[in-house]
Amino acid sequence: MRNLVVFIAKNYFFFLFLLLEALCIYLLVQNNKFQRASFINSSNQVSATVLSTSENIQQYFYLKSENERLAKENAELHSHDLLSFSVLTDGWFAVNDTIYRQKYVYTNAKAVNNSTNLRNNFITLDRGYKQGIKKNMAVISSAGVVGHTQDVSENFCTVMSVLNSKTTINAKFKKDGSFGPLNWDGVSYEFATLNDIPTHVKMVKGDTIVTSQNSTMFPENIMVGTVESYYREEAKPFFAVKVKLSTDFKKLTHVYIVENKLKQEQDELEKKSEEGNKE
Amino acid sequence: MTNTIIRNIIRFFVLVLVQVLIIKNIELGRFINPFVYVLFIIVLPFETPKWLLLFTAFFLGITIDMFYDTAGMHAAACVLMAYFRPGILKLFSPRDGYEFGTQPTIQYLGIPWFISYAGILIVLHHFILFYLEIFRLQEFFSTFFRVLISSIFTLLLVVISQYLFQRKKEQE
Repeated sequence: MRNLVVFIAKNYFFFLFLLLEALCIYLLVQNNKFQRASFINSSNQVSATVLSTSENIQQYFYLKSENERLAKENAELHSHDLLSFSVLTDGWFAVNDTIYRQKYVYTNAKAVNNSTNLRNNFITLDRGYKQGIKKNMAVISSAGVVGHTQDVSENFCTVMSVLNSKTTINAKFKKDGSFGPLNWDGVSYEFATLNDIPTHVKMVKGDTIVTSQNSTMFPENIMVGTVESYYREEAKPFFAVKVKLSTDFKKLTHVYIVENKLKQEQDELEKKSEEGNKE
Repeated sequence: MTNTIIRNIIRFFVLVLVQVLIIKNIELGRFINPFVYVLFIIVLPFETPKWLLLFTAFFLGITIDMFYDTAGMHAAACVLMAYFRPGILKLFSPRDGYEFGTQPTIQYLGIPWFISYAGILIVLHHFILFYLEIFRLQEFFSTFFRVLISSIFTLLLVVISQYLFQRKKEQE
């Protein structure tokens, strides 16, 4: 026993190294498997405060283009407003509001931290559970999909963006509805790959890709991008499609967090069926 | 002595802020991610106790991890780098050993010495960091390319910053 203590004391540098390295690996593995270690991410108060201050300063430089974009969006929303439709029929008609139920609720948010040049990119937003944000809510911008929320703290949340090796988005062709998983291959922040598209699908460059109805997170028909090129996957009857993402991740500032009010119900039902299947 | 400690603490905060507020936002292309903050570990004084070396490296890594959302990744790379530092210093030591009171900088030991010493540590750090980030062998060669290119840029920035520090010292 004494020898062991002497041995460790003699080589304390090596053992200390092993200990710290093990601690790092533990953090890393835990972060992959379960919840990401709750305090070592950018939704923690210290780093989030620094980042949001820096973001506030940076935003002044983008005010002009951002204003233009918002004004444009406002105009478009006004054109969807009921007031901008004139009634064509002269006879009376009744509107029964109870046939509509709100499924998606939108919250606007501002990106305070963003990266595009890593293999796994995250975005930090200035909304947290105080504002009703939960894990796995969709995040979109006015141009298209952005990602989904990951960790939520009191006033901030992190978003696993499309530019992350662990993000998969169920996307489809707008014209014929053939769908497949969309992943990011890590080469360019402008492009992602849509896999498993059957070879009988006719496509041309510029075809629109939107989110499919199979995703419980994203509303249907949210813009994802356009077809840039495609090739046949090796030894498989599928095309892999290179998609030019419609969201410019480098300019991301204002985004919307989308809550699907019926997600929990659907998830629970599907889980129940799966479990029933196993027995 | 106290002066050295205070200077190193200030350097710690300056390098972290430079890394997360400036370098993180500079886009030099997808393959290039310089991590200049490792300069802190490179230029710690020769007399730094070994345990302190490991702990400061760990703390530096964790701080960077907070901003990059990569729990443990930078910390693991930094600790490994700090572990190899004494060995590499020994490997490159001059015949009479290092003079007391000097620091491992260009100012005291010259460019060729500094580039080989810092170069090895930086490549080591980037190698661990990028492979931990990807965590699989599929993209082995493209990751290796990233390691090399990023290391070159980090080394370049580290050498440039050394010259900035040096000029300041002459004025004192």
